[in-house]
Amino acid sequence: MIMAAINITFTEVTKILLQGFGETCLLFLLTLVLALPLGLIVCFCVMSRFKPLSWLMKTIVWIIRGTPLLLQIIVVFYGPGLLFDYPMRSRFIAVLIAFVINYACYFSEIYRGGIQSVSKGQNEAAQVLGMTKSQTFFHIILPQVIKRIVPPMSNEIITLVKDTSLARIIGVIELITVAQQIVNNYVILWPLFYAGAFYLIFNGLLTLLFGFIEKKMSYYKV
Amino acid sequence: MTENIVKQTPDTILEVKGIKKNFGATEVLKGIDFSVKKGEVVVIIGSSGSGKTTLLRCLNFLEFADEGIISVNGEVLYDGAVEAASKKKLKNNDKLLRAKRLHFGLVFQNFNLFPHKNVMANLTLAPSLQLKKDLRAAKKAQRVAKKAGQECSPIKRDYENFDAIKAKALATLDRVGLIEKKDNYPCELSGGQQQRVAIARALVMNPDILCFDEPTSALDPELTGEVLKVIRELKDSDTTMIVVTHEMEFARDVADKVIFMANGVIEEAGTPAEVFGAPKSEKTKSFLASRNK
Repeated sequence: MIMAAINITFTEVTKILLQGFGETCLLFLLTLVLALPLGLIVCFCVMSRFKPLSWLMKTIVWIIRGTPLLLQIIVVFYGPGLLFDYPMRSRFIAVLIAFVINYACYFSEIYRGGIQSVSKGQNEAAQVLGMTKSQTFFHIILPQVIKRIVPPMSNEIITLVKDTSLARIIGVIELITVAQQIVNNYVILWPLFYAGAFYLIFNGLLTLLFGFIEKKMSYYKV
Repeated sequence: MTENIVKQTPDTILEVKGIKKNFGATEVLKGIDFSVKKGEVVVIIGSSGSGKTTLLRCLNFLEFADEGIISVNGEVLYDGAVEAASKKKLKNNDKLLRAKRLHFGLVFQNFNLFPHKNVMANLTLAPSLQLKKDLRAAKKAQRVAKKAGQECSPIKRDYENFDAIKAKALATLDRVGLIEKKDNYPCELSGGQQQRVAIARALVMNPDILCFDEPTSALDPELTGEVLKVIRELKDSDTTMIVVTHEMEFARDVADKVIFMANGVIEEAGTPAEVFGAPKSEKTKSFLASRNK
């Protein structure tokens, strides 16, 4: 390659990586904001007493959790074009859809575990006090669920940060994509490790945040 | 059975007739009849599995009896035959169910306080949510009435405003002797204190009949006294109560009427003197003998 002869400075690499990191952060945040509520809805469907809905959702969760995310991204991106002759316009949107569905399914299982771990007595106590079903859920069950699911959620969310790098399979420009481009263009390896440091620091901050949330919620014990 | 008819005096608050309940193939309640007068304390005793708890749960609509009638103040709240025939099941009708449930209060064996709410919030949460809902409904009704050019009669409410709820909660906490714990969380209280909070929480809802499901069974022996003392004080203030308990001493002492249950039926019922002093049934005799060991 001809370009490879030119040198690149640390500052320049940092600038390029930051651009890629911006895209990574956007994908991460949007996935989180959309998948957290969607996961709760999926969880309600799975736990529904209406059996057909429950079975349908259980099957979807099984497929999503049972196949690689990489494959799901490809299906979402190429599927509409191949099946309905309606190609995906935006690569970013395709990745976002795949991520939101995938993470909603994982989150739904965490929610389900959380909801089932709150004792039946809590529900009954609220009932005999005349609370409605929605009052009981939002004022009694959900706050206790949130406290319980912080540790497994933080695990899943940290995985999400790293999973964003899968977006490059359909050509979304994110952190690893740009690092890889520098590596290819300048025949140097270190920008890839430098990119790794971005993930590490970001996850470090998230870990601190979750620790803080856990501490905030330790004002009561169950 | 004649006893029931005789007791249908105007001050009868609760009337239970022919309650039957099965769990699958197991008959838990095989036809329970009894009545409770206003201000009366009925204590239900019997060995585990006799159906005492299920009976209380049927009264509080946590379970739905297969057969039988429950009426409070002459109003039929539940009729197993009607329920079985109707397509709209009561258990799926949140609004109606709530109205029926509020005639009863229930104190659980293991308290079931809300761990994420402090003591005060445990007491005020349910009535506050209800008031909020009522106020919203009243506003809507007023708007509709205004449009139609009519006067809107106000909905009857337990509490007029949030200050009234707070005042009642504080007064009730004072009654159970825990006013100084109002800002604490349940995990910071002893078992006995938690159960007293649970009693206060039930009282704030102004139930017609307060039910206790083995209120001292989850407590260390040295903590049962404070809970039983609160129940005694409630009796003195003419609270109508149904108490399921294994504390025979307490039952004899506090009950106006004792019901002994065995295998899903009322084996014997009467005043404490009758049931404890001169039991007629063999089952009652052997149960009491085993308790006195």
